Amino acid sequence: MDIVVLIKFVPDLVEDLEIDTATGLLDRNFLRLMPNELDEHALEQAIILKERHGGRVTVLALDTGDVDEALYTAVAKGADRVIKILGDGFDRGLGNRRIAAILRRAVGDVRFDLILTGTQAVDDLDGFVGALLAADLGLPYVGYVTQVVAADGRVVARKEYPGGLNAEIEVNGPAVLGIQAAERAPRYVVTSKVMEAMKSAKIEELTVDEVSVENELAVSSMALPESGTHAEMIEGNVQQVAQKLAVLLKERGVLA
Amino acid sequence: MCGEVCVFVEVLRGEVKDITYTMLAAGRQLAAGLKTKLTALLIGRDVQKLVAQLGAADRVVCVEHADLAEFNPDAYLHVLIAVFEQHAPRLVMFGHTATGTDLACGVAHRLHWPVATACRTFSLGNGTVQCSSLTCGGKLIANGPLPEPSCVVTVMPGGYKAKDGQVHKTPAVETVSAPGLDQVRTRFKQYLEPPVGDVDITKQRILVSVGRGIQNKDNLALAEKLAAALGGVVSGSRPVIDQAWLPTTRLVGKSGKQVKPKLYLAIGISGAPEHLEGVPEAELMLAINTDPKAPIFDVAQYGATCNALELMPLLTENLKK
Amino acid sequence: MSLSTVVVLLGLVASVGLFGYRCWQRVQHLRLGRPAGPFGRWSERIQGVLVFVGGQTRLLRVPGTGIAHLFIFWGFVLLLPTILQAIIEGLFPDFVLPFFATFGPLLLVQDIIALAVTVAVLYGLYVRAVVRPERYKGSHEFEGNLVLCFIFTIMATLLCHTGIRQNLGEAHVAAAWQPVAAVVGSLLRGLSPETQKAVSEVCWWVHLGVVLVFLTLLPLGKHFHVVTSVVNVLLRNLEPPGRLRPALRDAGAEGAERIEQFSWRQMLDWYSCSECGRCQDVCPAYGSGAPLSPKLLIMGLRAHLLERGQALRARPGDGRSASLEATLSKRLVGDVLSEESVWACTTCNACDRECPLFVEHVQPIVDLRRGLLLQQRGDKTLATALESLRRYGNSFGKSDKQRAKWTTGLDFKIKDVRKQPAQTLWFVGDYASYSPALTQVTQATTRVFQTAGLDFGLLFDAERNAGNDVRRVGEEGLFELLAQKNITAFQKCQFERIVTTDPHTYNTLKNEYVLTNGRSQSLGAKVPILHYTELLDELIRGGRLKVLRKLDSAVTYHDPCYLGRYNEVYEAPRRVLRAVGCRLVEMPRNRDRALCCGAGGGRIWMDEGKVKERPAESRIREAAALGVGCLVVACPKDLTMYRDAVKTAGLESRIVVRDLIELVDEATRADVEPTATAIATTGAMASSSSAG
Repeated sequence: MDIVVLIKFVPDLVEDLEIDTATGLLDRNFLRLMPNELDEHALEQAIILKERHGGRVTVLALDTGDVDEALYTAVAKGADRVIKILGDGFDRGLGNRRIAAILRRAVGDVRFDLILTGTQAVDDLDGFVGALLAADLGLPYVGYVTQVVAADGRVVARKEYPGGLNAEIEVNGPAVLGIQAAERAPRYVVTSKVMEAMKSAKIEELTVDEVSVENELAVSSMALPESGTHAEMIEGNVQQVAQKLAVLLKERGVLA
Repeated sequence: MCGEVCVFVEVLRGEVKDITYTMLAAGRQLAAGLKTKLTALLIGRDVQKLVAQLGAADRVVCVEHADLAEFNPDAYLHVLIAVFEQHAPRLVMFGHTATGTDLACGVAHRLHWPVATACRTFSLGNGTVQCSSLTCGGKLIANGPLPEPSCVVTVMPGGYKAKDGQVHKTPAVETVSAPGLDQVRTRFKQYLEPPVGDVDITKQRILVSVGRGIQNKDNLALAEKLAAALGGVVSGSRPVIDQAWLPTTRLVGKSGKQVKPKLYLAIGISGAPEHLEGVPEAELMLAINTDPKAPIFDVAQYGATCNALELMPLLTENLKK
Repeated sequence: MSLSTVVVLLGLVASVGLFGYRCWQRVQHLRLGRPAGPFGRWSERIQGVLVFVGGQTRLLRVPGTGIAHLFIFWGFVLLLPTILQAIIEGLFPDFVLPFFATFGPLLLVQDIIALAVTVAVLYGLYVRAVVRPERYKGSHEFEGNLVLCFIFTIMATLLCHTGIRQNLGEAHVAAAWQPVAAVVGSLLRGLSPETQKAVSEVCWWVHLGVVLVFLTLLPLGKHFHVVTSVVNVLLRNLEPPGRLRPALRDAGAEGAERIEQFSWRQMLDWYSCSECGRCQDVCPAYGSGAPLSPKLLIMGLRAHLLERGQALRARPGDGRSASLEATLSKRLVGDVLSEESVWACTTCNACDRECPLFVEHVQPIVDLRRGLLLQQRGDKTLATALESLRRYGNSFGKSDKQRAKWTTGLDFKIKDVRKQPAQTLWFVGDYASYSPALTQVTQATTRVFQTAGLDFGLLFDAERNAGNDVRRVGEEGLFELLAQKNITAFQKCQFERIVTTDPHTYNTLKNEYVLTNGRSQSLGAKVPILHYTELLDELIRGGRLKVLRKLDSAVTYHDPCYLGRYNEVYEAPRRVLRAVGCRLVEMPRNRDRALCCGAGGGRIWMDEGKVKERPAESRIREAAALGVGCLVVACPKDLTMYRDAVKTAGLESRIVVRDLIELVDEATRADVEPTATAIATTGAMASSSSAG
C-alpha cells in the first residue's frame, strides 16, 4: 500500500510568540518551526501500515527553511522517499489554501493509495491542508482518524468523536485521511540512525512555480491574548487556603 | 437561502450537539446585523423531530435520506454541495468538530468560497463581517474579514453562550430532497461504543478535575475523597487519561467530553486550550497549580499556587466540619 | 600395575578429561563474542591480582563470610600440594613429593589452615541454613551447599588420614608439625591398627574421589570462578568507572540485541560470577522492589550464553529439533531478561564497586539499552524526554533560549563567556537552569561565587545537557551530538577551568568528553574540571572565601553517586561542611556505600513503575533516624528527589534537605547581619527555607 504523508512546519509553541509591529501579524523573524505534531502521527501511522502491508511511504514538505533534519528523521523511521518542495516565499508563512494548491502540483504523478496528514495544524486559519488537498484532487476526506485498517483492497478508518465514541468509516478508492492520533505514539528513532540517513539518503527537491490560488483569506491583524480576567488568587499557607476555599464554596451555595 | 446566514446542525446519534446552539446564538446576532435570515440546515434520517429544538433559526432546511442516518463524510458533502449550488448563503457555519471539519473545506473548495476556521467571535462593522480566531495553541488571536459574497467558517465554543441559541419556538420547515448518492465513496459502518458502567461527567454538577500535577495514580485517591466530600465526581485532562489513571469516559476536553458544571475544581491542570475546550462554561472554576503563570488562571475565577497534594486532604477535612 | 592404580588412573583421566572438555566448550562460546582489548598496564594489573585476589580485599567488605572465604581461598592454594601428593601417591604408591610433603613449617601452615577451612566451611553452612541472607536469593542454593560439603569432606578426610598416619608413625614429619591432625588422630587411637589403616584408606579414597568429582563440576556452575577469577581480575577494566565504552556499531546494529554482540571479555565476566549477591544487596533498584537484580542479570546472561552457544554449534542434521529452534529464537531481552529489569538500573555503580571479581554490571546494561532503543523498545516517557533533549538540548521540553532565564532575577550581570574570557566557566546544567524549584539554589551559587570574587561566566544559550544520562539510557548518538555541541561552544571561548554544580555533568565532562582536535585528547586532561564542592574547598582553604558566621549545627551528608563512588570526591565536601561550622554525623551507608537517590541512569525520565519503597524514601529515613534535622546534598537531582521523599514519607517535621551551596551562602554572604544561624529545624523553618 503506497502512502503519501504531508508534513507542515508550524511555529514551535515552546517559544514566546511576538507580533511584528510593522505588519501587525506574527513576527516570523526569529520564529522556530517544527513539524506539526499531528503530521508526525500521520507519518507514524503510514509507517505502521507499511510494516503491515508493504508498499512505499513518500513524505512531502514545503521548504520553510531548515526542514532537512526532520526529513532525514522520517527516512530513519522508515520513509522511502522524502521530497522537499521549493518555492518563493515559503518561509513567510503561507495560508493553507495556497499550501494545498502547491501540494497538489507536487503530488503530481506520485502513485498512492492514501494520503495521510494531521487532521489539523496549530497555526491553521483558513481550513485544513488535508481536507483542502482532498477537495482539490477530488478525493474523499475523513478527519479525526485514530486507526486505519486495510483489508481486501478496502480501507476502514476509525473516526474519533468526543467522549470516547468512535465510528468506523469505510473508504473506497484513494482518499485523504486526517490523522488525530496514530495507533501508537510516534516512535523515537535513535540519533545514530538519523545520522546514517543523513549520509545515505537523498532528499529530492521539487520546485513549484507560481500557483494560482483563489479565495485566500486575508488576516487583518493579530494580537496576543490578554490575561484580562485573571483569577483572584487565594494567599496563605496550605491550611489557610483550605479554610478559605471551604468558606468560599459554602458561601457560593455550591454544595448540596 | 441566498444571502442568509446558514448554520449546519450538528447531530450525533439523534442528539443535537451544543456547538449547534453556540452557532445559532452567533448566527442570530449576525443575521440581525446583516438584516437577513438565519437558516439551520439539518441533514439525516428521521430528523424532523429535532426541528423543535432549532427555534433560534427562522427556518430549517431538512434533507433526509436513509444513507444519511449517521454521519458519512462524502455523502454529507454531496448533499451540501447540491444544496449550496442552488442557493448561496452569505455565511455557512460549521462546528469545529470531527463532523464540521470534514465538510467545511470540501464545501469551500467546490463552491469557490473562502474558509476561515477556529472562529470564536464575529463582529459587524460597516457592512463587513469580521471574525476572531484563537490559534497557535491559544497563544495568538487572529482577526480578519469574511469576504463577500459567501464565506465558510468553522466555529469553536466559548464565544457565545449555548443557551442563547436555545429558543422555544418551532421554526418553519422546508424539505429538500437529497441528490443522488450512488457516487458516494465513504460508508458509515458502525459505532464503537465507549467503555460503559461509568458515570457520565456531563451530567455532574460538581467536578474535581485532575491533571499532570497530580504526579501519580496513588494521589487520585485524594481527589476522590475531595469529590465525595463535595458531592461530585473526579474527571481529568488528557495526560491523566493517557496514563490510564482514569478511563476515557472521564476525559474533559477536545477529544473528551464537554462539561458545564456548577463547580469545576482544576487540580494540577495547566489550562491548555484542548482541555479548556471541554469546559467553556463552568459557573465557578477554581484552579490549583504551583505555576503562577499557568493559563488556567486566566480562565478560573479563583486560584491558589499551593501544593495540591497537601491541599486536597485539608480541604476535604474542612468541608466536613 | 595394581588394581587401585588403574582405578586412580582411570578416575584421573576421566575427571581431568571431563573438566578439560567442559572448559574447552566454554572457551568456544567466548569465540562467539566480539573482540576486546588491548590490555596494557600489566604491572598495575598484576598488582591488582595480588591485592584483590591474594588479599581478598573486596570480600572483606562483608566481614563474616569475607574472612571465611579468605581462609577457604588460601586453604585451597596452600593445600594444593596435599592434593597433588594424594594423586601421585595413587599412581606411584611410595612417592613422596619433595619439599612440599616434607617441609615441616609448610606442613604446619597446611595443618592449621585445614582447621581454619573446616571452621569457615561450617560457618558458611550455618549462614546458608540459619541466617539465610537476602543476597543469596536467586543463587543456586543446592550447588552452594554441596560444594561446602565437598570442601568439608576434603578437609575432614585429609585430617583424618594424616592423623592416623601420625598414629601409625607413617607421617612424613613429626607430630609437632601437624598438631591438628594429631588431635584428630588421637580421637581414633582407641581403634586397632588394622581398623585405623582401613579407615585411613577409606579417607584417602573419599578424599581423592571428592576432589576428582569436584573438578568435573567446577566448570558447570558458579564455581567456575575458581578457574577464571585470576584472569578476570587481571584483565579488569582500568579505565575510570565513569567512562563507558562506546557503542559497538556494525551492520546497522548498535549495542547488544543478541548475546554474541557482547565482547568475549564481558562473557568471561559472567563465567566469573560466584553468585555471592553482594551486588544485589547494595542495588537501590532491587531494594525498592523493582525487578532488577544485578546478580540475576549476570546469571541470566551466563545461562543464555551457555544455552545459545551450545545450540549455535549444534551441527545441522544433529537433530535440528524444534527445541533447538526454540532455543535459538529466544530473545535476550524479552525471554531471558525482562525489559523492565534493563530499564530499572540507576547506573549508581554500587554493584560494580562491591563485586569481588570485578564483574561489570553497568556496562552490559547500557549495551542492552543501546540495543533496545535501536529496536524502539523503551517507555513513552523516556521517548518524550529524548525528543526534548534532541530538539532543545534539555529534558524539560523548554526552549534552549530559556536556559539562562534564571539569571534575570539577579541584581547583576553574569559574564557571557562566549563574548569575554573568564577564568572559570560555570557549566550550569539542566536542572539548575530549568527547574523552578532549584532557582533559589542556583542564585545562591551565583552569590557565593561573587562573594569569593571568582572570575566566572556562563555559556548562556549555547549550553546543552552534558549527556551523562543520555549516554546511560543508551542513546549514544544523541550523547555524541550533545557533546559535540558543547565542545564546539567550549572551543570558541577562553577559560582556564570548568566548574559544575551537577555531579552527572561533572562525570561526563571529566571522563567522557573527547576534544575534536584530531588528537582524541580528553577534555578532562586539557582543562581542570571541578565540582563546586572541590572549588569551594579550594577557595575556603585559600582564604578567598571567608566564613563570616558559623552555622553551628549537626547535619548529615549524602555522597552523590557520580561525585563520590564514581569519582572518589569524598573529602572536599566534608571539609567545606566543617569549615562552615557544621558538625557532621555520617550516614550509616556513606562514601562508596552511599545509597543512590534513584534518579540516575535516566530513571528520572521514566515511568516509576511499581515500587515497594523508593530508594529516596529509604535514604531519607536513614538520615532522619540520625536525629540531626538536616540532610546536606551536593547534587540537584538529590535535592529534588529527597525533598519529594520528605513529603511522601511524611517527615517534614523531622528533617530538611539543603544543598551544600545554600549553607555556604548563609555562612559567607556579606549582605546579612553576622549572627550565628541554626539551619536544622522544625516544620516552620522548613517551609520557608525549602525552595519551590
